[in-house]
Amino acid sequence: MNVHYIFPFLVVCVMFLISYFLSEAATGFKYLFGVVIPYLAILTFVAGVTYRMMNWAKSAVPFRIPTTAGQQKSLPWIKPNQFDNPSSKFGVLVRMLLEILVFRSLFRNTKFRMSEDAQSSYEMEKWLWLGALVFHWAFLVTLVRHLRFFTEPVPQALMLLESLDGFMQVMLPGLMLSGVALLAAATYLFLRRIFLPQVKYISLSSDYFPLFLIIGIAASGILMRYVPDLKIDVTAAKELSMGLVTLRPTIPEGVDGIFFVHVFMVSALLAYFPFSKLMHLGGIFLSPTRNTTTNTREARHVNPWNYPVKVHTYDEYEDDFREKMIEAGLPVEKE
Amino acid sequence: MNDKKWIVLGLVVFFAIVLFPVWYNRGKAAPAPEVWLSDTAKAAETCVKPLEDIRRNHMHLLDQWRDTVSREGKRVFVAWNDKEYYPGLTTTCLGCHEDKAKFCDRCHNYASVSPYCWDCHINPKEMNYGKK
Repeated sequence: MNVHYIFPFLVVCVMFLISYFLSEAATGFKYLFGVVIPYLAILTFVAGVTYRMMNWAKSAVPFRIPTTAGQQKSLPWIKPNQFDNPSSKFGVLVRMLLEILVFRSLFRNTKFRMSEDAQSSYEMEKWLWLGALVFHWAFLVTLVRHLRFFTEPVPQALMLLESLDGFMQVMLPGLMLSGVALLAAATYLFLRRIFLPQVKYISLSSDYFPLFLIIGIAASGILMRYVPDLKIDVTAAKELSMGLVTLRPTIPEGVDGIFFVHVFMVSALLAYFPFSKLMHLGGIFLSPTRNTTTNTREARHVNPWNYPVKVHTYDEYEDDFREKMIEAGLPVEKE
Repeated sequence: MNDKKWIVLGLVVFFAIVLFPVWYNRGKAAPAPEVWLSDTAKAAETCVKPLEDIRRNHMHLLDQWRDTVSREGKRVFVAWNDKEYYPGLTTTCLGCHEDKAKFCDRCHNYASVSPYCWDCHINPKEMNYGKK
């Protein structure tokens, strides 16, 4: 037992209970959880993300500080590694794409081990990379899939994505693979933090809270899609969400309990986003160790906020004091 | 240092993507479609399940019917009001709700659901198409 995960777990449980029972209790609360909180959450998200990004934009990045994982471009007969240590803008673009789309840094993750005869070794460890990859991509697909609730008519491309996601055609309503993958990967990432002692040691409430929220979001979504007695009327749900995005908020009949839990948790995640580690969404684009070219040897980098320093050269000094220097018998360069 | 314009541009693009539904719908109201009832359905008054239940759970019932009929051979469904029905999509459901386009498709299109019922089942109304 550890307060770092017990506390956020209790918070998410309380959020579940509050939103479930209050929205069941009175229509006014449905309006609160279905309209007021989502609007406030999206406003907080937009304002908060803007603030954080512009704050980062102010940071000085005068020099190149790449963390290199390959040979820098130097002498013509030494082969440079143009994507791990790029000296061109194109190389940087490729490195950024690899980082953002397939998490290349995580792919390099290694596990340190000391054998019994005190030999140290680093071993390949891909599970974190795999879990993170599944988690992020499943989340993206789930998110994009949800656009069907926010667009009318629904774009063709979205239907294609949906049919791909549900191509196994098991159960009715059809099982969406991304939802299951999301829940499984988030659960794995949580269990990893619990069971690996080293990871548990460095995990804080701010690491567990978003995980619990996302597990809660995925679980509530799965419950109201697949479980007969918890199901909601999906057309009513769309009427509500369409009301939100067309700025004509309504609370139709047929949405209750678990739906408001889902919406409340999503709102909480959105509002929490700018103030948490989730800002790595924007931060990854601004990582100087990833997005700067490694041309520290090719180009001279002058500190851009160097102000012109007023200098007084020896020649000028001698001009000022020549006569006194000669009087005192000091050597001078110009007579 | 002088990357501010790129960061602002990136933010603008990001929010344009996030707020896609807002500018895509342009504030056009999109209420849920009305449920269309044929005269036969109106005359029957009750469905095989209570209204709230059938609205939310009809897909589970169809799934259940597929299993009980084709795997267990049970050809009678005793409904909530003790009425007996033949458990079948084409015969029972579409028997009352005669127009698939008006009854099924409206809501399915609205919610972007494409049920694979119709991979096997035929809408009786559409059977005429081949004879033309």
